[in-house]
Amino acid sequence: MITTRALTKRYGPIVAVDSVDISVRSGERYGLLGPNGSGKTTLLRLILGLVYATSGEIEVMGASVPRRVGAVLPDIGTLVEGPAAYGHLSGRANLALLDRAGPARGGGGRHARRRRIDQALERVGLAGIDNRPVKAYSLGMRQRLGLAAALLNAPRLLVLDEPTNGLDPQGIREIRDLLSELNAAGTTVFLSSHLLAEIEQLCTRVGVMDRGSLVLEESVEVLRAPTGRTIVRTPDVDLAAALLDGRIEARSGDRLVVRHPDPAELNGLLVTAGLRVTEIGAEHRSLEDVVLQVTSAGSDRVDGSGRVDNSRSVDGSGRVDDSGRVDDSRSVDDSRSVDDSRSVDDSGRVDDSRRVDDSRSSGAS
Amino acid sequence: MITVELIKLCRRPRTWASLFLLCALPATIAIFLAVTKVGPAPGEEPAFLAAVLANGSLFPAAALAIVLPIFLPVAVAVIAGDSVAGEASSGMLRYLLIRPVGRTRLLVAKLVAVVAFVLLAVVSVAVTSYVIGISLFEAQPGTTVTTVSGVSLTPTELLVRTAGALVYVAISMLGVAAIALFLSTLTDSSLGAALGALAALVTSTALVTLDAAAAVRPYLPTRYWLAWIDFFRDPILWRDIERGLALQAVYVAVLLAAAWANFTTKDVTS
Repeated sequence: MITTRALTKRYGPIVAVDSVDISVRSGERYGLLGPNGSGKTTLLRLILGLVYATSGEIEVMGASVPRRVGAVLPDIGTLVEGPAAYGHLSGRANLALLDRAGPARGGGGRHARRRRIDQALERVGLAGIDNRPVKAYSLGMRQRLGLAAALLNAPRLLVLDEPTNGLDPQGIREIRDLLSELNAAGTTVFLSSHLLAEIEQLCTRVGVMDRGSLVLEESVEVLRAPTGRTIVRTPDVDLAAALLDGRIEARSGDRLVVRHPDPAELNGLLVTAGLRVTEIGAEHRSLEDVVLQVTSAGSDRVDGSGRVDNSRSVDGSGRVDDSGRVDDSRSVDDSRSVDDSRSVDDSGRVDDSRRVDDSRSSGAS
Repeated sequence: MITVELIKLCRRPRTWASLFLLCALPATIAIFLAVTKVGPAPGEEPAFLAAVLANGSLFPAAALAIVLPIFLPVAVAVIAGDSVAGEASSGMLRYLLIRPVGRTRLLVAKLVAVVAFVLLAVVSVAVTSYVIGISLFEAQPGTTVTTVSGVSLTPTELLVRTAGALVYVAISMLGVAAIALFLSTLTDSSLGAALGALAALVTSTALVTLDAAAAVRPYLPTRYWLAWIDFFRDPILWRDIERGLALQAVYVAVLLAAAWANFTTKDVTS
């Protein structure tokens, strides 16, 4: 659906997108993650032909972008960097203008247009919209209107930048369901977000950007592979600790983290020994762990020179302790910089080689 | 896309507000004149105002002289300056381009809408001022009118000459529109584009009257603006009119080419 090769975009001295090779396959729900300012939006703009690449190639649905972008854009529905509308017109009038501006897909007659607009409004939950001008809309309504505009053409590819921005939990759920439904009907969904939970629940594959580069591209299933540890809750925590001596990695209250890959087997072991088990299950990596590991602080955070930002301080094994706080066993001196190089192997395990280095110049931004 | 732009122009309150203001200024002046009967001395600026007291059907010409120096260029610069920059700042530019509307097509549609506004502005000033002219002043339909050169004109001749003057003024305004449209593709601020175009006009107007700038005078965009008065001479003095038209054509062509070159290659980051 979307393929880029060594795609690079420079704005003067700033490299916004740095040699990105992304690949979105047909029928996927692809989530693009990354801190603010990591180049997500620029990448989307490049793919849509709004911004011209400094070097590299883009191919969308078989057409080379930006040269032949006009041929494929009718099949793409988009939301880029928030919705936009003419404030003095109603939502319906806005859609009517947009509909008229583009190629008339499915008929240019008055009735066909009306039906298209009604359908799009209904899909996003704005069917009963009145004639108020858009400037009186709430943020959530504008977001829905923007989505309606993206759906006007019944696109084969949806490119959405922060689609749930400004929506309440109910609205987020609705949009998620809508996107899943569209995807089931054959629409490829490519969305960017920094809401990890959002992506985790919706997407089948994720790409993670950091400082302009695509640092990770993997299916969610693989990323969320079991860690080989099992989490056990038991009222007989002392007995369990004694029984599993040496395999307990962490303990807090009635909760144990046991180095054991198979919860069923472990459960049998505990029950045979006469222990009561309240809850047992394999530990999975969360998308959050993965993303925090491979990215640095967003560009909206501005630290003094040489400071190490704690948000990236995950310890060598990539483990986050029970309280959710990062366990930074290697204390990093404030004056030092940290250089991370990580790769994900085929089994989905994140291999972490971290180097602490004394030079102030490299690493943390 | 052209239809869309025209609909947008019509549904914009700003369009009608600026047209109303354009027509209101000559009307205000007409009312003062009609009430006091104190006209400016013949030959004083604005042109034709002195003659209006005697014949109301000359008022459209006087109205053009009233709005041409400031009001009309301001209105045109605001509308044309807003054309691309306004879309950019409202965020609609990206959605139009993604729709997709080709960049060239969008620019052409914007240009057509601006031309439509210029024509609408000139015509509405002419029509309202004609109505005001014949209702407030002595109207002598069927009788002759004296030209700037002192020769009498029949009503038909007057109509043709007024129409000629209107077209000439409209074309002069296209130069303003082209400057503003070009600036509008450079910036995301419609105010900046409109003010930039006005700054260019003010500079030009200042230089036209400056003898030290005589060398560049023939190339200034406002140099031949007043040539429309020559339509009311007898015989019509074509020299300045022709030069004015040629000059505006060059300005429009060069600036539109620059606007096109800039807009079709620029990164849309708004």
